[in-house]
Amino acid sequence: MTAPTAQDSSAAYVIRGAQPLGGDPVDLLLRDGRIAGIGSGLEAADAAVVDADGLVALPGLVDLHTHLREPGREDAETVASGTAAAALGGFTAVHAMANTDPVADTAGVVEQVWNLGREAGHCDVHPVGAVTVGLLGERLAELGAMADSAARVRMFSDDGKCVSDAVLMRRALEYVKAFDGVVAQHAQEPRLTEGAQMNEGELSGVLGLTGWPAVAEEAIIARDALLTGHVGSRLHVCHVSTAGSVEIVRWAKQKGWNITAEVTPHHLLLTDELAATYDPIFKVNPPLRTAADVEALRGALADGTIDVVATDHAPHPVEDKECEWAAAAFGMLGLETALSIVQNTMVDPGRLDWAGVADRMSARPARIGRIEGQGRRLAEGEIANLVLYDSTVTRSVDPTESASLSRNTPYAGRELPGRVVATFLRGRPTVLDGKLA
Amino acid sequence: MDRHLLSAADLSRDDAALVLDTAEEMRSVADRPIKKLPTLRGRTVVNLFFEDSTRTRISFEVAAKRLSADTINFTAKGSSLSKGESLKDTALTLQAIGADAVVVRHHDSGAPHRLAHAGWIDGSVVNAGDGTHEHPTQALLDAFTMRRHLGDLKGRRIVIVGDVLHSRVARSNALLLSTLGADVSLVGPPTLLPVGVESWPVEVGYDLDQALAKCDAVMMLRVQKERMNASYFPSAREYARRYGLDARRMALLPEHAVVLHPGPMNRGMEITADVADAARSLIVEQVTNGVAIRMAVLYLLLSGTPLPSPDTDLEGSR
Amino acid sequence: MAAVHPAIGRVVLDERDIARALTRISHEILERNRGASDLVLLGIPTRGVPLAERLAARIREVEGEPVPYGSLDITPYRDDLRLRPARALEHTDIPVDGVEGKVVVLVDDVLFSGRTIRAALDALNDLGRPTAIQLAVLVDRGHRELPIRADFVGKNLPTSVVEHVRLALMEVDGRDEVVIADRTRETEQ
Repeated sequence: MTAPTAQDSSAAYVIRGAQPLGGDPVDLLLRDGRIAGIGSGLEAADAAVVDADGLVALPGLVDLHTHLREPGREDAETVASGTAAAALGGFTAVHAMANTDPVADTAGVVEQVWNLGREAGHCDVHPVGAVTVGLLGERLAELGAMADSAARVRMFSDDGKCVSDAVLMRRALEYVKAFDGVVAQHAQEPRLTEGAQMNEGELSGVLGLTGWPAVAEEAIIARDALLTGHVGSRLHVCHVSTAGSVEIVRWAKQKGWNITAEVTPHHLLLTDELAATYDPIFKVNPPLRTAADVEALRGALADGTIDVVATDHAPHPVEDKECEWAAAAFGMLGLETALSIVQNTMVDPGRLDWAGVADRMSARPARIGRIEGQGRRLAEGEIANLVLYDSTVTRSVDPTESASLSRNTPYAGRELPGRVVATFLRGRPTVLDGKLA
Repeated sequence: MDRHLLSAADLSRDDAALVLDTAEEMRSVADRPIKKLPTLRGRTVVNLFFEDSTRTRISFEVAAKRLSADTINFTAKGSSLSKGESLKDTALTLQAIGADAVVVRHHDSGAPHRLAHAGWIDGSVVNAGDGTHEHPTQALLDAFTMRRHLGDLKGRRIVIVGDVLHSRVARSNALLLSTLGADVSLVGPPTLLPVGVESWPVEVGYDLDQALAKCDAVMMLRVQKERMNASYFPSAREYARRYGLDARRMALLPEHAVVLHPGPMNRGMEITADVADAARSLIVEQVTNGVAIRMAVLYLLLSGTPLPSPDTDLEGSR
Repeated sequence: MAAVHPAIGRVVLDERDIARALTRISHEILERNRGASDLVLLGIPTRGVPLAERLAARIREVEGEPVPYGSLDITPYRDDLRLRPARALEHTDIPVDGVEGKVVVLVDDVLFSGRTIRAALDALNDLGRPTAIQLAVLVDRGHRELPIRADFVGKNLPTSVVEHVRLALMEVDGRDEVVIADRTRETEQ
């Protein structure tokens, strides 16, 4: 295929023979950042042709939960490297969590991150604002200033830490109503999880690792759901990990309260048994849980109780993972493998079709994040954020091939289905032929 | 036996019996004018102790020296805050030295496992106590001590009392004793018994008097007073009253029953002085037997051809 | 414990031959040492041990005095430990008066390369300083690899290196006999 300069967003593209949401093959014409036409046998003299025979076309994926680490931990990841990984994973927008150094609790820092995203140009970066100053859980950060800034923050989270003080959480939920914001809670009662290392269960007792009980997550979600209903606000629950949490979210939605929830790819696939290796590549917060929890999460994603898949991409340098478990950092990479894992755990077993994937990984996250130009349908006139994905191949995950600066993927050496072939951000390819454009 | 001794679960019934029988023979070396066997001459055993423990370290050192091995003591200051540079870089240094065995004590559960399986060293790894996980040579010397007084441990009732949640000695003993066919009971306050303990091959109870009346051996675990600050029990007094082994409780024991303690003891907390010093208390003998057991372990790991590497299928599961 | 398969070779010593050999050896020991004072018999496990016990019994019959006997495990002193997985130790039982200043008679079943005896000498060295060390074996089959020789021999049995010489003893195998077998035909235990 011929490809004019990737940075030239006025270039036009004809995508030949793609299957939108897995449907019948069509051609798509992209011009001036939009889908200018859909049909068969589309021709355009000035357009480069992208052969998409056999490829599924999805709207560009939107991640509600990513750690880009910049500012402060550029040894692990930068906005440039993280967004490159995102583009390779099929993402056209990511939400960058606020637990940077300095914390993203002011307009200044969120604008800095937003600018870095624009400069890198691999995907849109929507900074998440901290709920409390310094993530200390003591007083509210200037949520309004962040909302009004160029970054137009709409999602606020102390992720990494829990807003555990009930009054503070109430205030935050109330305050963000003024600008249609949402509070995204990292549900972890701190007193029940002091020194916690892995899921609390039979295995933690045997391995001698301090347990992280499910109730520490579920109790917070229940409380926050009740608060949200009471004050009439919006709540988003980060990385739901237990069957009990699923039940609480389901109950809260039945009550008509404005609750949304996310699940990470690793919680759809991996269980706490992997901790028996004592290899901290499997150490994550919230921890890997049991097979029963994994099954409940898959069912909830299928029926929509869980609204979105969010990666919680958490890069860490080698020395923070190549050590004894208790000394290791929590977190796993996720951007480049997310779609493959969703295919592996949900699509291939027939629990979710590609339309469902588009909903959970693009439409709903964009809606929750209040992002206008993302999560759109693949239709004429719409903004051309899309990803072309080959679901027929299998690849072995090689950490050294990642665009991330870090290597802490738990899937090294594992065979996963599918690969992102191309990603388009407002009509401009960020990824072509599986490589950065 | 496989190349590493990381957990009591690594030992089959035959492996465990072999260690105990070997230790029986090693024990007599202590009574000879020349307390040495030439068997591990030319082998290097490194004591890698991240946690302070003079007694265990010396026990391993004496054991290695009695087998004519060269010993190197490496007491690394590694707090849980200082990162794995300590563990990995230390391991690479040991590999460069050519350590045949690394005896490691660490405050983090799983550290010996990482050392054994991360591919940093070739030698055997012996777990001398990792966090709250395991302490297999302690369990072996406890079983050895009990066997010398009670005979075959099959069917014997052993009661382990105290802070099971934080005790690597309890975990290793529960595993090893049930491998040897004993009936193990764990007794302690519910706060100090781990979630999931029902799945262990043990009985669980909260009443110490009841358990003592029909046991052959009682093992008291060390309980730290500071646990009361995290509300595991209300006060040292209440703990000692409900779960301490004092003279009154000792009198409830069957006549042949023996008392053990892995040490160090909190006299007045889990055990009183008169019990610790009583004739049926084997606490001092446990320490003596530690050298023989560790000689047996080092002998079985290092005297023959290099042992096969255990299956790394856990690593390959991803 | 390896038991000898019956009828896998030819019997070169039967029960009565063995009994006569032991009786003769016990007399030779007494003759050589002018009696049994300061004598200690140490059998090398496995089958050297019941042999030492039998010799001690015969000596006691003749002299009227018990002679101390025991066992000496040489496993930790072997020169071939690293060629095979770790070997189980045998039992060492040194009589209460030790070996210091005694005449120690090592007792073994078959003398072959001499390495076992070399190991026994090293083991004894760590236990004390005997006045003298002598060696009694039931069978000497030649093929020494070290400068070691026996003082008391039940039978000299020239063999080829490919042959196996196996002693069966009542205490261990349920019968007394010495069998020579072709190495390739016998099942290695």
